[in-house]
Amino acid sequence: MTLRTAVRTILHPHTATEDLGPPPRPDPGARRLAGSLQVRHVDAGSCNGCELEITSAFGPVYDAERFGARLVASPRHADALVVTGPVTRNMAGPLAKTYDAMPEPRMVVAVGDCARDCGVFRGGYGVEGAVAEVVPVDVAVAGCPPHPEAITKALRGLTGR
Amino acid sequence: MNGAAGTVAAVVVAGGQIAAVAIGAPLLVGVMRTVRCRVEGRVGPPVGQPLRDLRKLFTKQRMRPDQSSWVFGAAPVVLVATAAVVAAIAPLATARPPLGQTADFFAIVFVLLLGSVFLALAALDTGTPFGGMGSSRAMTIGALAEPALLVAILAMAIPARTSNLPALVRIGLSHPQLIASPERILALVSFFVVILAETGRLPVDNPSTHLELTMIHEAMVLEYAGPDLALVTLGESMRLALLLGLLVNLVAPWGIAERPGAAAFVVGLGALALKVGVAGTAIAVFEVFTAKLRLFRLPELLAGGFVLAVAAAVTALVVR
Repeated sequence: MTLRTAVRTILHPHTATEDLGPPPRPDPGARRLAGSLQVRHVDAGSCNGCELEITSAFGPVYDAERFGARLVASPRHADALVVTGPVTRNMAGPLAKTYDAMPEPRMVVAVGDCARDCGVFRGGYGVEGAVAEVVPVDVAVAGCPPHPEAITKALRGLTGR
Repeated sequence: MNGAAGTVAAVVVAGGQIAAVAIGAPLLVGVMRTVRCRVEGRVGPPVGQPLRDLRKLFTKQRMRPDQSSWVFGAAPVVLVATAAVVAAIAPLATARPPLGQTADFFAIVFVLLLGSVFLALAALDTGTPFGGMGSSRAMTIGALAEPALLVAILAMAIPARTSNLPALVRIGLSHPQLIASPERILALVSFFVVILAETGRLPVDNPSTHLELTMIHEAMVLEYAGPDLALVTLGESMRLALLLGLLVNLVAPWGIAERPGAAAFVVGLGALALKVGVAGTAIAVFEVFTAKLRLFRLPELLAGGFVLAVAAAVTALVVR
């Protein structure tokens, strides 16, 4: 890449990012976050379908980072816990511990049908229950898997942008 | 200059530089993130996002691990305090800071190092395995990078006959041919490698990683939350801004205030912001096209920096 193309890319980017329109109505907790949302993701037993869509929501096309959301590496840094999958027996404890490790104010986003009501895994012998049965859920995103746009919309509701 | 007026001037200049670094550093991080996003083909967050993050973190709950000692709470304060001390005495906006007599280059390096050491101790203090791993890695890299920096400073100090930082910047202004001298170029390249290592940028450390096993700096701060995390983040960005500010003033001192006066100081601040912004943009573009080096290959990079520094020192001694 020459210097000229580098400068042009920075000033006039040919982004793949889609315009997702005006921000949705902010959630009740959004005011305290002031437009900044650090997200910790916990896979409580997901099939990885939702993970692909979350990765896509933070990718170039949907770019949730432009609305102030950012994935972080520790629950101590996080404001929101994004949980995917039905909560398996092995993950119920770690999920509760992760929630306890987060500083107030904290929120939980249940992403996908499995996180909402166990989806196709309902009644499975290794399934403890839906996310709401282990930690209090503030926002739920429907879909199997949910569209990245729906995930981005839920995060925008929390950042208020 | 009489006593009282001199004291007022010293306080104003030191306060101005501290405020500029404290507010400018998060903006620098924001600019670098935005540039990275743009080159990656994304829109990216607004430049002020790190400031928003800091504001929110200060309002969050303070949380400390059960078994941690006073070191854990002291480290963020020490990190920010050492950066503020350096911001007060270093030649950032003016080449004649009133407290510049104390701004010895060696002293500044060790003051900044104090913050890193406290952060490493705090990471050990948490008792988590990742904290210990991060400390051990950060100290290993520090032990490899610091000698290169010290020899590089020596190489710059030999022709100038002083290691006083404002004097080194002023010599660049009065004798521009010295900046292009071989020993200065070699020393500054070595200094740049050390900056990348000490501030945890690519190819040494990936500042946006989520993979604990590859972390160096991030692994040390995994346990910090709320206001403590805000101070750690602020301190780290201030270190980056300070080191880049010193580098650009040694490479291109033009625009810096050469005499006292409010107008010259404001112009100096503007020039500093511009130069650091350009340097940060260049690093961000470079980072998009760079992969992180394997940990065991880092000594090669840092040894390269050390060799350049030694070459610079030898050149400075021989070319007289």
